[in-house]
Amino acid sequence: MQSHEETRKVELIIGKILRIGVSISAIVILIGVALYFMNGSGYVGNSFPRRFSAIFNGLAAGKSYAVIMSGVFLLILTPVLRVVVSIYAFYKEHDTLYVVITTIVLVILMFAMFMGYRS
Amino acid sequence: MNSMLLLLVMGVVAGCLGAILGIGGGMIITPVLTIMMGLDIKYAIGASIISVIATSSGSTIAYLKDDMLNLRVAMFLEIATTVGAIMGALLVGVFSSSFLYVLFGFFLLYSTYNMIRKLFSKKGEGVYTGSDPVVEKFKLASTYYDKAEQKQIDYSMKNVPGGFVMMWAAGLASGLLGIGSGAFKVIAMDTIMKMPLKPSSATSNLMMGVTAAASATVYFFNGSIRPDIAGPLAIGVLVGATIGARLMQFLKPRIIRMIFIPIILYMGLQMALKGFGVNI
Repeated sequence: MQSHEETRKVELIIGKILRIGVSISAIVILIGVALYFMNGSGYVGNSFPRRFSAIFNGLAAGKSYAVIMSGVFLLILTPVLRVVVSIYAFYKEHDTLYVVITTIVLVILMFAMFMGYRS
Repeated sequence: MNSMLLLLVMGVVAGCLGAILGIGGGMIITPVLTIMMGLDIKYAIGASIISVIATSSGSTIAYLKDDMLNLRVAMFLEIATTVGAIMGALLVGVFSSSFLYVLFGFFLLYSTYNMIRKLFSKKGEGVYTGSDPVVEKFKLASTYYDKAEQKQIDYSMKNVPGGFVMMWAAGLASGLLGIGSGAFKVIAMDTIMKMPLKPSSATSNLMMGVTAAASATVYFFNGSIRPDIAGPLAIGVLVGATIGARLMQFLKPRIIRMIFIPIILYMGLQMALKGFGVNI
């Protein structure tokens, strides 16, 4: 049985890493919104990029919608980051059972996201 | 400019409420976007899913820092939810969605009744501390500091298999019907597993982002997520969720339950009626 103190340490590490991830995505979105007010969307009419190739091209050209979409995609990745860091944290705690459980969650999640990308 | 400001403000409100209750805020965002802003339902759903993730990520930072959530319960139950969500996505069209809306709607109404009963019971927000073999095997018991009552609360839980099945059903519902499942998650932990309401809400917050990430990729790549809507909304929700997660800790569990009850009553009525073909 792990002591609650050890769990605390682990939770604080996860919290810090998660904060970095969320801050990065928020900053990217904010930069995108600022660019939008300066230069407009960068796209014709209501269109916006949604596949990686289009987003990368838009980023290279400094288009605001591409920047916002990148930030939103980073935000979608933050829950994945949470699961990955949790695996590492449970490993540091020598909690094999939860390393296994959390890895199962990660595998299911990656599978589901891959299905989402393909659809 | 005006619509971006509206999105920002709405995001703050939805994020704050969502963080306090452990729900995604889709029930606030979808009607505002479709009715007030005249947006296509497709984009409203895309925006809701981004709001769920932002609420989850924003509040989880605070709940981890303040030791409010239960990481083991979250990961253990997340298996059930994610498997349910994938099965739901694969089974779309197999079941009649009207039947499912009625089923889940009535379940929420029944949960409303249970929550009201708990609100008026003499035991109040009693904390379950008994022992349970599953809880011990999976090390699920934990503790949190309640800032409203100014005391450390050690808690255990029971009926873990029941909660697991409920979580699976919650995932199934979100996969099949495209609805958020935060309310079902809170009910599974609070009502079925007898976890205290605050860690239930905080843990639901952590979980719902993980569950939503998969559907968010679908919506992202099929073009349901619009940058001009999702961008400002995400920022607002992140701010709101940060505030809500702080605020929640100073609220008495009884107060949180009082806010939760009308919301699941409304959701239950809405879903049951939708099953009978009535949209409210």
